[in-house]
Amino acid sequence: MSAAFLNTLEVMANGLMAGVLYALVALGFVLIYKASGIFNYAQGVMALFAALTLVGIMEGQVPFSHLINAVLGTDVHHFGWHLPALVGIVLTIAIMVLFAWFVQQVIFKHLVGQEPIILFMATIGLAYFMEGFGDMMWGSDIKTLNVGLPQGGSFAIEDITRTWAAEGERYYGMYIDNLDMIATMVAAVLVGALVLFSQYTKQGRAMRAVADDHQAALSVGINLNFIWVLVWSLAGFVALVAGIMWGAKSGVQFSLSLIALKALPVLMLGGFTSIPGAIVGGLIIGVGEKLFEFWIGPLVGGATENWFAYVLALLFLVFRPQGLFGEKIIERV
Amino acid sequence: MLDAGQTQQETLLEVNNIEVIYNHVILVLKGVSLKVPKGGITALLGGNGAGKTTTLKAVSNLLHSERGEVTKGSITYRGEDIAERDPAELVKRGVIQVMEGRHCFEHLTVEENLMTGAYTRRDRGSAVGEDLEKVYSYFPRLKERRRSQAGYTSGGEQQMLAVGRALMSKPETILLDEPSMGLAPQLVEEIFGIVKDLNEKEGVTFLLAEQNTNVALRFANYGYILESGRVVMDGPAADLRENPDVKEFYLGMSDEGRKSFREVRSYRRRKRWLS
Repeated sequence: MSAAFLNTLEVMANGLMAGVLYALVALGFVLIYKASGIFNYAQGVMALFAALTLVGIMEGQVPFSHLINAVLGTDVHHFGWHLPALVGIVLTIAIMVLFAWFVQQVIFKHLVGQEPIILFMATIGLAYFMEGFGDMMWGSDIKTLNVGLPQGGSFAIEDITRTWAAEGERYYGMYIDNLDMIATMVAAVLVGALVLFSQYTKQGRAMRAVADDHQAALSVGINLNFIWVLVWSLAGFVALVAGIMWGAKSGVQFSLSLIALKALPVLMLGGFTSIPGAIVGGLIIGVGEKLFEFWIGPLVGGATENWFAYVLALLFLVFRPQGLFGEKIIERV
Repeated sequence: MLDAGQTQQETLLEVNNIEVIYNHVILVLKGVSLKVPKGGITALLGGNGAGKTTTLKAVSNLLHSERGEVTKGSITYRGEDIAERDPAELVKRGVIQVMEGRHCFEHLTVEENLMTGAYTRRDRGSAVGEDLEKVYSYFPRLKERRRSQAGYTSGGEQQMLAVGRALMSKPETILLDEPSMGLAPQLVEEIFGIVKDLNEKEGVTFLLAEQNTNVALRFANYGYILESGRVVMDGPAADLRENPDVKEFYLGMSDEGRKSFREVRSYRRRKRWLS
């Protein structure tokens, strides 16, 4: 194989894995949008909040320590423990479930039957609240998240691929990030589990029923509040996974919440109501932007990754507004 | 027969002088009272906007999600006040509503739709399976289409599905809203026939809201006629069928031949029946 071809392959592989990370964020949007028609602006901030909480718990940080110290004049910062990643993750999941319940009870329970734009505005408020709340709870400094995921490139893949190059060509093997590979596997398992859950369990079926028709779901005795707490919990869990992956890659800091912006084109491509759509949309955008940068980038001075996804999304909005996998509206007359 | 007038029958549901207001300002029900005897089919009749659906939704407590509330009066089921119960609890107690316009879960298959009806049940899976077969025996057409998406089934099938879904909750009382809507006369007969069957063989009590007075009075035991939020007349179905006012306004029959709409309206204004 020629080196140029192998380079392209490498770019594609990296694109696919970047796409998986986009898809993870998009998945959180889809879950909530499908079940409640709410476009959750706060999904990115949820990922940030989950990652912050995970780091805080693992490092034994005292929550609200600045506030406590300022009010009581004490000087506490640290519980003095370091918890293993797994314990931290379990506790963080518990907190995200609690958060889901809180969001439902305090905000959306009172907005049942309101216009989508009002629900959307509520999530904007929620996003800003959580941003500040997360800061107050865990501090605003940049933290490193170390849950024991391997960093750096995979030497095994580098060694194997080096032998693929044709004789006499200079090729040093593919650089594939270990973390990206793990993220891909985790995402695959997560999506599989979500699909199984929604297709084959009673609560999953109820979730889809609620997505179709709130009133009818209510009339057969499905507890909407419970389903929405469930959905927000799942979205919180997905946000946590996304937060771990992105946080392990580039540190836990405010900019983590901006990954939500990358999820928007993914949603427009895949459709707001489709779980497989979120995945495929993520992969297309991941591969697309990397290949575009690789091939066209040098011709136009680079930095195409910043805008490629949005332009692609724009094209989709014009020609196929429901996205690739968006639900067709079934209408009988 | 099972007539509330004779009060031999145990009264399951009692609505007592309720008033319903939507959005804090729109008064829709202005004091509706009715009784539903166990094992009967009670019909709630009246034209568009008379308050039939609102009455049913007040009972099943689906008003909240439409920003409506019961501001006066009481609703009791088996003597217990149910005005503040949420719909899920009512379903567990055996009161379930089949909403107007079917409201099937379009993207779920027919069978999945039926299974959502069993959501509140806590008994074993095998019992649910048996009930599924029972529903299929009443609605064989649903069995043929069990794997297709509900959104792609016909209007009649969707109405059957909506009733079947309610049956899956093992209900004692079904609040059936406008089952004839948008269906061919033949299908309407078929569906009412099944309702009658369910009533007689399974002992399901029905409270039925219906615009099609003719069909409803043939299948029901007792009827209430609603007009702009009030009960203007009630009685055993057989009596209502013979009543000259009902005949004229709801069955389109008159001794003096057909009247023009204008005359009918002024007549109605002069004579307010009851209340």
